[in-house]
Amino acid sequence: MDFGPHLMLASLEGAVISAILVLTAMGLSIVFGVMRVVNVAHGEFYMLGAVLTWFITSIVGGHPAIGFVAAIVVAPLLVGCLAAGADRLILKRVNYDPDRTIVATIGMLYIIQQTTLMSLGPDARPVEAPFNTRLSLPWFEWGENGFAMIWPWGLSTTSYKLFVIAAAAMVLVALWLVLTRTKVGLLMRATQQDSETAQAFGVPVGKVYSWVFGLGAGLAALGAVLVVPIQQAHYLMGHDPLLLAFIVVIIGGLGSLPGTVIAAILIGMSDGIISVFFSPTLAKIIATFLVAMVLVFRPQGLLGKIAR
Amino acid sequence: MSNGTSKTSKISRRSALLGMGAGAGALAAAGVLPGTMGFAQAQSSAPIKIGFQKHATGIGAAYGRWYGATTDAAVKRINDAGGINGRPVEVVVEDDGTDPGRGAEVLEKFANQHNCDVAFGTLFSHVVIGSAPRAGELKLPYFVVSEGHHVASGMLNRYTLQPGITDVKSQVISMAPFVANNLGKKVTMIYPDFAFGHDHRDFFSEAIAAQGGEVVAKIAIPPTETSFTRYFPSIPRETEVIYHVMVGPAVLTFVKELGEFFGPNRPELFGFIDSLEAVDIKSSGLEFLEGTYFWEGMPRYAQADQADYEKDYRAAVGVDENGASIADSKDVATYAHMFGCWETLNIIKAGMESADYQGPQDRAKLIEAVEAMTDMPAGADHPQGAKRFNGKTHQTFGSQYISKVTDGKLVVEHTASIEDGLYEDEVDYTAQSF
Amino acid sequence: MTDNSKSNLMHIGVLVVLFALFFILPVYHAGNMSRIMVLAVYAMGFNLLFGYTGLLSLGHAMFFAAGMYGFGLTTNLGGLPVPLAFGFGVICAGVLALVVGFLALRTIGVAFMIVTLMFAQTAYLVVLYFGTYTRGDEGFVIQQAQRSIAGIDLTSETGRYFTALLIFGICFLLIARLVQTPFGKTLVAIRENEERTRMLGYDSHRHKLKILVISGLFSGVAGATYALLFGYVGATFATVQYSIFPLVWVLLGGAGTTIGPLIGVFFMFYLINISSGFTDAYMLVVGVVLVLLTLFAPHGLAGLLRKKVLTWLP
Repeated sequence: MDFGPHLMLASLEGAVISAILVLTAMGLSIVFGVMRVVNVAHGEFYMLGAVLTWFITSIVGGHPAIGFVAAIVVAPLLVGCLAAGADRLILKRVNYDPDRTIVATIGMLYIIQQTTLMSLGPDARPVEAPFNTRLSLPWFEWGENGFAMIWPWGLSTTSYKLFVIAAAAMVLVALWLVLTRTKVGLLMRATQQDSETAQAFGVPVGKVYSWVFGLGAGLAALGAVLVVPIQQAHYLMGHDPLLLAFIVVIIGGLGSLPGTVIAAILIGMSDGIISVFFSPTLAKIIATFLVAMVLVFRPQGLLGKIAR
Repeated sequence: MSNGTSKTSKISRRSALLGMGAGAGALAAAGVLPGTMGFAQAQSSAPIKIGFQKHATGIGAAYGRWYGATTDAAVKRINDAGGINGRPVEVVVEDDGTDPGRGAEVLEKFANQHNCDVAFGTLFSHVVIGSAPRAGELKLPYFVVSEGHHVASGMLNRYTLQPGITDVKSQVISMAPFVANNLGKKVTMIYPDFAFGHDHRDFFSEAIAAQGGEVVAKIAIPPTETSFTRYFPSIPRETEVIYHVMVGPAVLTFVKELGEFFGPNRPELFGFIDSLEAVDIKSSGLEFLEGTYFWEGMPRYAQADQADYEKDYRAAVGVDENGASIADSKDVATYAHMFGCWETLNIIKAGMESADYQGPQDRAKLIEAVEAMTDMPAGADHPQGAKRFNGKTHQTFGSQYISKVTDGKLVVEHTASIEDGLYEDEVDYTAQSF
Repeated sequence: MTDNSKSNLMHIGVLVVLFALFFILPVYHAGNMSRIMVLAVYAMGFNLLFGYTGLLSLGHAMFFAAGMYGFGLTTNLGGLPVPLAFGFGVICAGVLALVVGFLALRTIGVAFMIVTLMFAQTAYLVVLYFGTYTRGDEGFVIQQAQRSIAGIDLTSETGRYFTALLIFGICFLLIARLVQTPFGKTLVAIRENEERTRMLGYDSHRHKLKILVISGLFSGVAGATYALLFGYVGATFATVQYSIFPLVWVLLGGAGTTIGPLIGVFFMFYLINISSGFTDAYMLVVGVVLVLLTLFAPHGLAGLLRKKVLTWLP
C-alpha cells in the first residue's frame, strides 16, 4: 500500500487504540490522582468488564445489539461496585499505605485472575459487535484532471470502530461534566487537591475514596466493553492494558486529567504510526524506550506539577 | 561426559542418613499426592507412576484442559486392558503454570517426591526447554507432546523424547508442495515474532524455494499484539497466498481484521489450525475463512472415511464429530494436538513392555526400547495415523492433513505422507551416554 | 551480648543451619532449598534498593536476565569456562545498572517505578529482537557437561546445593556487613528522609547510584547462578512478573531486614508448592494470603519478629 493510505490506516487504528486507552487510563488517573495509590489490579477490572460483557451477551439472546447495550450499562456498574467493595474491605484497612496497597492489589490481581480462570475457563471468548459493516475509505490523488478520489486496496475501517472512537469521546465529555459541574465531582476534586483540608471542611474522604476507586474500575471496564467485540475476552487480557495505562498516566502527569487524555492520544497514535516506519518489534523497543526517556527528562510528565 | 559414579554413592550415603533422623523431613515430604488412586502398595502390583506436566494455568491453559482429558481417557483404556506389565498406571498431575522455571520444579517433584517412573505431557516449547535439563540430570525419561523442533535439533538430551507428535519443521516442509502447486507461488508470511513464528518463517522459506516458489514478504507481529490491521498494508499486491500462523488469544481478532481489510477480494489463505484450536470456526467474524485452507494435525471434523478406531477414540476422549465436547457443543477441543498424549502413553506402555520395565532402575532400558521403535501402524493406539519414529533424533514423523473450510466445516483435501515431511538428522542421541 | 554480636551470631547461625539442612532434608526438599537460596540472592539484591534505600524498582528482572544471558551466551557461543562466563554475566548486570542508574535516578517515586519498568520492558524486547542468538522466548539450554568447575559437577544434587549455599552465604554476609557500615546507615537515612540527609551534607544521589549498581550486581549474580545450576536461559525471566516476584518476596519476608528476603522466598515457594498440591487455583490461595499478610503483618514476617521480639535484627 502506498505511504499516504498506509499512514491513514495506521492513524485510524491508532485512534481506536487511543480511545480505549483513554478510558482505561482515565480510570487509573482518577484513582492515582485522588487516592495516591498504585492499583496493580486495575488491569483485572478491565478484564472483568470484557468477561462480564461476554457473559451478559450470551445470556441475553436475540440481536447482539440488545446484549451489548445491556452489557455496556451493567458491566461497568458491577465492576465498579466490586472495586468499591474491595476498597472498603481491604484498602481502607491498610490506610492506603503505598507499599501495603501494592501488595494488597497484587493479591487482588491473583484472586480475580484465578477466579475468572476457574469460572470462565482458559479459552478466549468472542463477542459479536452490535453492528459492524466494512467501510472502504477514499484517498485523494493528484492526477491529470486535478484531485481525484480513489479507493485504495485495503484502505478501510468498520462502522463499529468509528463508533468506539465516538463513544470514548462522549464518555470523556460526560466525565468532564461530572467532575466540573456536579457536587460529586467537586468533592472528588477537593479530595484530590488536599485531602486533609477537605476532611476539615466536612468532605467524607473515606466515602469519596470508595466512590473514586469504583469509578476508576468502572471506566476501565467500560473501555473493555467497547473493545471486546474487536478483540476477545480472555482471563489474561488485563496485563497489557495495565502497563499501558500506567505509562499514559505518568507521562500525562500525575493528577492531571487533561494530561492523561493528551498522553493517551499521543501514545495510542504513535503505537500505530511508528510501526509504519519500522519493523514491529523494533518499533515497540523504540516506543518503550522513548517513554522512559520522556520521564527521565521530565519526571512530572507533560502536564503534571513538580512533586512537592 | 556424565557423572554417574558420584551420584550413586551419594544416594546410598544419603539414604543412610535419612534412616537415622529424617522423621520430620520425611513427614513433611509425604504431603498430599494429587490424583492418587487406591491401588494396593504391594510390591508386585505397585502402580506405574507417570508424572503429567500439565499447563493447567497460564497461557497454555486451554490446551492443558484437553491434554488432561485425553490423558485420563488413554490411561483408563490402558488400565482396563490390564495395565503395563500387569501393573496399574497412575497419573500424577502437577501444574507448571506454562512457566519454564516452574516446569523444572515440577519435574523435580515428580522424580524426588512422587517417585514417578517417567514424566510426560508438556506442550509449550519454552517449558520443554526449561525443564529438559533437569530431566537429564534427574535421569527421568521425559516424553514431551510439544510439536517443537527442539528435540530433533539436538539441543536437549537423551532423556527427552517426542515419539507421539510430529514437529513443526516436518509439518511445514510437507505443506510446501501443496501450497506451491495448488495455491500460488508468491507467498506472504504472517507469523508471531518469537521462536515458534521464526521456525515457520525459516523452514517454510527454504521449503517453498525448493518448490520454485518465493516468499515475497515476511511480516513479523510482536508478541502480545492485540490489533493487526496496521500490519496488513505491508502485504504486497502480487501476493498469491497468505501463510498465517498466529497463535494466542488475539487470533480471532487477527482473522476478523484480515477479513475486514480485504473485503471481498482476497488472495488464497493458508493457515495452521494452531490459530483456531479450541475456537469454533463458526464464530462470528470468521466467515471470512470460508474457502481457505488449514494444516490440521488431526482432522477436527469426522471425515466421510473415518476409521472405526478413530470413532472409538473420539468417544473415549469425549469429542463429537464436529470436534467439540460431547457435553457442550460450544466447547471446541484442541483436537490437532491432544492425540499426542494418547499416542505417547501407548508408546510408553509399549516401551515398558518391550524393556520388561520393573522400576526406575530400568529407565535407561526403557529409553533404549523406545529408541528401537520405528514404524507404528495407524490404529487404536495411533488414531492420528501411522508414525515412523527416528530413534536417533528422538522425533516421530507422521501424516499431515490439509483441509479446506467448506460450508463451515473443515474437509480434508490432501494428506501429506510421512516421506513428505522427512529431513536430515541433526543429532544422534543414541551416541550419548546415559 | 551486644546487638552487633547477636547479629553476627544470627547470620552465621543461618548459614550453619542451611549447611546442615542438606544432610537432614530428603532429596526433593534439598533441591528446593538450592533454588530458594539462589532466588534469595535476587531478593536480597532487590531488598538493598527497596528495603534499605526506599527506591521501588519495577524493572529488576533486567538485571537478573543480564546476569543470566551474560553467563549463558558466553558459555554457549563463546565457549568460556564457567568462572569467566559467570564473571562476565555479573559485570553485564552491573554495567546495565550503571547506565540505568544514570538515567532513572533523575526521577523519584512513581516515575522511578515506571522508568525502571520501561527499561526492563525494553530489555525484554531486545532479547526477543536478537532471537538469532538468544532464541527469544524459547530460550536455550546449557548442557550438563559445561556446568562444572575444575572437574566438580555442579549439576549433581550435592554440587548444586553447595554452590548455591556458597554464593548465598557470600552475598548474605557481604550484605550483612554492608548494612552495618556508615554507607548502609546513610541509605536508611535516605529512605526515611532524603531532604534531611542531603541537608546534613550527604550526596544522596551518589549513594543511590552506588546502591543501584550494587543491587544490580547481586541480581546479576543470582541470574548467572540460576543459569549455571539449572541449565536454562530464557526470556521468561526478563518479563514483568519476575520483577514483581522480588517485591512480593521482600515485602512478605520483611523489607529492610537481612533475613527477610530468604524468609520471603521460602514462604512463597512452599505456599505455591503446597497449595498446588490440592488445587489448580493455587494462585488464588497466594492472592488471599498476600492480602491477609498485608492486612495483618505489614512489615513482613521478619519485620514482625523485629517489632515484637528481636529488636536488634539488622
